[in-house]
Amino acid sequence: MKRTVLFWLFIGLVGFAVLPWHMTDAGIFSFEWLTGQESSTGLSLALSGHWWLAPIGLVLIAALAVVFVMKSPVQRAKLTLGLAALGLFLTALQGLIIVRAGPRMFEGLLTGEIITAGQPGMGVGAAVCIAGLLFALTVSMSQTGKGRGDAFVVSIIGLIIALVGVFVFFPVMHILVRAFEVDGGYSLTSFFPRFFNSDIWGLQCLVSNRSCGVAINSVFLATLTGLGTTLLGLSFALIFTRTDFRAKKLLRVLTVIPIITPPFVIGLALILLFGRNGSVTAFAADLFGIEKTRWLYGFWGVYIAQLLSFTPIAFLVLIGVVQGVSPSMEEASQTLDADRWQTFRFVSLPLMRPGLANAFLLGFIESLADFGNPLVLGSGYSVLSTDIFFAIVGSVADPAKAAVLAIALLTLTLTAFLLQRMWLGQKSYATITGKADSGQNASLSPMVKNLCYATALPWAALTAIVYSMIVFGSFVKLWGYDHSFTFDHYVRAFGIDFTTGRLSGVAWDSYFTTLTISSIAAPLTALVGLSTAYLLVRQKFAGKDLFEFSTMLSFAIPGTVIGVSYIMAFNFPPIELTGTGIILIIVFVFRNMPVGVRGGIAAMSQLDKSLDEASITLGANSFTTVRRVILPLMGPAILAALTYSFVRAITSVSAVIFLVSAKHNMATSFIVGRVENGEFGLAIAYSAVLIVTMLAVILLLQLLVGSRRLRRTDRVQTAA
Amino acid sequence: MKKFGLVSSAVLMMAGATAASADEISVVCSAEQDWCDLMVAAFEVENPDTDVLMVRKSTGETLAQIRAEAGNPKIDVWWGGTGDPHLIAAEEGLTQASGVDTSKLLGWAQNMATISEGKAIGIYAGALAMAYNSEILAEKNIAPPACWADLEDPRFAGEIQVANPNSSGTAYTELATFVQLFGEDEAFTKLATIGQNVNSYTKSGSAPSKAAARGETGVSIGFMHDMVKLAAQGFPLVAVAPCEGTGYEVGAVSVIEGARNFEGAKAWVEFALRADIQSRAPETGSFQVPSNSNAEVAPESPDLASIKLIDYDFATYGSSDTRSRLLARWDSDVGDPNPQQ
Repeated sequence: MKRTVLFWLFIGLVGFAVLPWHMTDAGIFSFEWLTGQESSTGLSLALSGHWWLAPIGLVLIAALAVVFVMKSPVQRAKLTLGLAALGLFLTALQGLIIVRAGPRMFEGLLTGEIITAGQPGMGVGAAVCIAGLLFALTVSMSQTGKGRGDAFVVSIIGLIIALVGVFVFFPVMHILVRAFEVDGGYSLTSFFPRFFNSDIWGLQCLVSNRSCGVAINSVFLATLTGLGTTLLGLSFALIFTRTDFRAKKLLRVLTVIPIITPPFVIGLALILLFGRNGSVTAFAADLFGIEKTRWLYGFWGVYIAQLLSFTPIAFLVLIGVVQGVSPSMEEASQTLDADRWQTFRFVSLPLMRPGLANAFLLGFIESLADFGNPLVLGSGYSVLSTDIFFAIVGSVADPAKAAVLAIALLTLTLTAFLLQRMWLGQKSYATITGKADSGQNASLSPMVKNLCYATALPWAALTAIVYSMIVFGSFVKLWGYDHSFTFDHYVRAFGIDFTTGRLSGVAWDSYFTTLTISSIAAPLTALVGLSTAYLLVRQKFAGKDLFEFSTMLSFAIPGTVIGVSYIMAFNFPPIELTGTGIILIIVFVFRNMPVGVRGGIAAMSQLDKSLDEASITLGANSFTTVRRVILPLMGPAILAALTYSFVRAITSVSAVIFLVSAKHNMATSFIVGRVENGEFGLAIAYSAVLIVTMLAVILLLQLLVGSRRLRRTDRVQTAA
Repeated sequence: MKKFGLVSSAVLMMAGATAASADEISVVCSAEQDWCDLMVAAFEVENPDTDVLMVRKSTGETLAQIRAEAGNPKIDVWWGGTGDPHLIAAEEGLTQASGVDTSKLLGWAQNMATISEGKAIGIYAGALAMAYNSEILAEKNIAPPACWADLEDPRFAGEIQVANPNSSGTAYTELATFVQLFGEDEAFTKLATIGQNVNSYTKSGSAPSKAAARGETGVSIGFMHDMVKLAAQGFPLVAVAPCEGTGYEVGAVSVIEGARNFEGAKAWVEFALRADIQSRAPETGSFQVPSNSNAEVAPESPDLASIKLIDYDFATYGSSDTRSRLLARWDSDVGDPNPQQ
């Protein structure tokens, strides 16, 4: 343990004395700093007048000295802990006070030519130094006995808290304080009348034919979407695991396809089918003489589009959970003379509770934060996410209103989160234990089976129709009007000039950027998400509930708010990231991490703790336990997290719009631009190519991650 | 334990270069993507040493971004997009005067430069108009509209779509046009009567014409060049210049305050105002009227001479005070933030 602290302190020293402290214009891949002409390490800067960097180096040296000199382990740990914390504090303090334009407070004290010249954002040296200090701190902390002396656990907790703090709380605070802003200052009292406004919370739709407040609209929609997606997801999951349905493969594709679609594409397809001039509407009008109406625009249109878009998420969470329900329990139930319905109702279903609760929560939050569908189909049905968007980019920009609405949205998320916790309660849902478990999962009773078929199959058919429409749309001249066959859209987007070998299509640039950034973001998202889930399920520490909620925060905040807050927070030193690819990766990791967390929690709460304990008893440490015992049992959760984060990075729109730059343009922002121009053919062709790409990647991932083998065979009772 | 080190350093490795060097101009383009691409390509042909980094964002998004980036902007020049946000940016000191010669430009383009003290310069104009879907109106036996006043007729009940001026600059132009045409009280009475026929106030300004093109609504209000473009794509959409006269938007170009490459940005502005460059816009299906008096006007472009244009007062109606007053009155007299379902 002494060696671990030493290692991290040494890393911190390397960051301070060897690597360039600040971000350089040339980027870190230019190795100018190695040749020594432009030495800009923390050490050399501190010696050449940037005195405010010196204490950081001194703290590192002091901590190293303590490690070598002190004999008593506990005292040594306490001292290094204190010193590492001091180092982190000093690093943050100098970064926040001395920005590009010089010191921004205590100007009277901080004078001198060098300090008023300011400093650029932190670079690789500062980051390595911070990482070294952070882990020196967590390892020392575990040595003082915190976290049962488990350095691994304390270190991940420290890392995740630091990351969430810097990349979620820090930026989001920039925009939320606007809710309290009045002319020339801040006021707490002005917030309440703005917040408790009938435009937000009004219930007039119950007593008159006027619409309710936006928050009430959002809650209503989100609750129904959450229930609907959970139900559909459960039906699909049951069909997959508990029936001998023939076309499972096809169904699998249909359940995945909607999340790999930019949302407005679904909206557009729905308009072409069910809009006033849509094909289904026209057909029904001819057949039954029903008048063509605009029923799609408003609540129902958004609801259908959201069900289509978010059912796959519920499915991805639930499939792992449904698979995990132990056959022994079901067999025990049947041995005790319960029929299949009773077994399902009183044994299997309650064991799926964590999955159901997490699926609902995800559907609810996704619906609240969804922006594309209400924009295309919402019409008069206002919801929070679109109102927030137009409060920021509309013809009257009102950041205060956006912040107030964002707080309303967060309030709703927090409430849903707490309700979910109450419903789950303190029961144990562990069904995967180390014990021999060779039974068969009960098949579904005819009633449940038919119910599943009746819910899921029409839905699958609708999905199939919507997607055939999209593929069709990419091959015709003018979707909806001129249906003559053409390859033009694909040639324009993805043309290759074979004579020169140049990629002449307009979409190539953003296509490659999107794939690169998403492939970097996906494994990081899964890693952060699942580590968090592991902490939440397996470890006990103070402030765990708060920690859990804070990891959900970034997901609940609409993308627009995240996008603008990221610019506000990361456009200036100490952390200057705007215009780089890294800001896109970070925004994806922290926005999509909650799905990894939710899926991980659901899957992990099924794993009996005795498995960990057995591993620990046999002498493994917690890192080995995670790697050798827990991870192999988490296949579906890992797959879900990887798939989802990859896909979301490709399809997210609202956060990305503000963060893309010329060097790093993303596919969705390109597509949205084309749709705004009315170039639907090109936009749809691009979407179709993205869908195929993502499908290929998902299949590849599935092959790589493989399926877990819980029992000798995953048998389903076949007797009718 | 090593794992964290690897992960965090992998993240850090991505932190690449940020700043634009002297031979790079960072352009945000708020016009149609194809037009943006054409401009970049043409500029790079003439200035082979300059690398143009262009990204397309709508005007609202761009304004929100340059506000958030104020003090340390990553953008040098903002080209295209309706003039109001450019004027707001100028008013808030987010953009700076480029000192480019505007004497070759038409009156409305020079006017914009005067109002903004040279910070925003007009590059194109587009007239406000109505459009109707000929198939839908024929099917329903509705006579097409010719004047704003026709839209008040009950024959259009549930057939008109227009954007909400609170979120859309297009719809605000319409509101300001009505006020200038008919006087404020009369304008709101008319808008309220038309409101009886409106099926939806959309958030986005370009949405109504797209909906009309697809037959989701019968009539839309928006900018004429967008309608012409949709019709050119093959939709049964007919653009109508209202008989009472109509307002217009002026698309603008602005140099961002604190631009890292001011010389490059200035070169871009000069380039964008040249007649030969503006004449090329129709190649990409952009039918706005160019601001340089020597630029060629495409035959498809709405002929501003044949349209009765009002003398649109950008200084008054672009100011924040007038804007918030008119929008507040619109909320109470016409629109309804909580519409009936």
